[in-house]
Amino acid sequence: MKSLAELQALRDKMKNNIGIRDDDQASIRVVVGMATCGIAAGARPVLAAFTEEVAKRQLQNVAVGQTGCIGICQYEPVVEVFMPGQEKVTYVKMTAEKAARVVNDHLVNGNVVTEYTIGANAK
Amino acid sequence: MMQELSLNILDVAQNSVKARASLITIAVDEDTAADLLRITIADNGCGMTPEVLAQVTDPFYTTRTTRKVGLGVPLLKMGCEMTGGHFSIESEPGKGTTVLAQLGLSHIDRSPLGDICSTVVSLIQCNPDIDFVYTHRTEKGEFSADTREFRAVLEGIPLSSPEVVAFIREYIGEHLTEIEGGKN
Repeated sequence: MKSLAELQALRDKMKNNIGIRDDDQASIRVVVGMATCGIAAGARPVLAAFTEEVAKRQLQNVAVGQTGCIGICQYEPVVEVFMPGQEKVTYVKMTAEKAARVVNDHLVNGNVVTEYTIGANAK
Repeated sequence: MMQELSLNILDVAQNSVKARASLITIAVDEDTAADLLRITIADNGCGMTPEVLAQVTDPFYTTRTTRKVGLGVPLLKMGCEMTGGHFSIESEPGKGTTVLAQLGLSHIDRSPLGDICSTVVSLIQCNPDIDFVYTHRTEKGEFSADTREFRAVLEGIPLSSPEVVAFIREYIGEHLTEIEGGKN
């Protein structure tokens, strides 16, 4: 069973790694809409999937967080990606599977997954 | 309806975040003897005046500006009342707010608790500057996860670091399994 001693070991391991993550320094920000509309539509697994992928790939420059309702409830779960020097990208009707692809294609390789964006889904 | 009560908890706890709480306590008590599922969400945020408090269970009341309905609290209230339970909120401006949801544990219409671990982890991850205390009790036992304890160990490493988030997820998951939390 996981204990605080194990957290201590994790801390020591992380402190030894140079370039420790600092959310304030992260250059890429991913925010998931977590208001009632987002939560009801399935935002929680999307948030978890982004976090897992980012941890798995050890992306030190990505911060994953939440935002409230941005008023397009019919498109939830909504995810916004902020990259320095680029326009914000809004992904809509997200799932955990789509999140993994966004991490791979967009966050790692810099290619926006156009088919998941609001532009491709707005009617 | 939310699919799981744990999503209602995530949703209602967001109100505590918006109330600028520094400490949010979430307690889940599966009381088989009384046949009740008690969920308490308490914060030390800005609280509400009696006038606002009287309106929060009204689905057509909201403080948000992006739309005209506020369904989070009414949805949980409905979830309680349709299972023979009870829903109440106590609040005092400047002191904080406590939401108490009681549901009929074995009632056929009660939503499952669902993935409460993900709810707590999401809250901690998205609000690394707020402290959370999550307590879960079943007839098999009780455990607590307290971010103040995690924080003391971490010595400045943020609670939102993906590696730390992964640890907390496993920590809560394993303790929850041990007391068979959410099985009812």
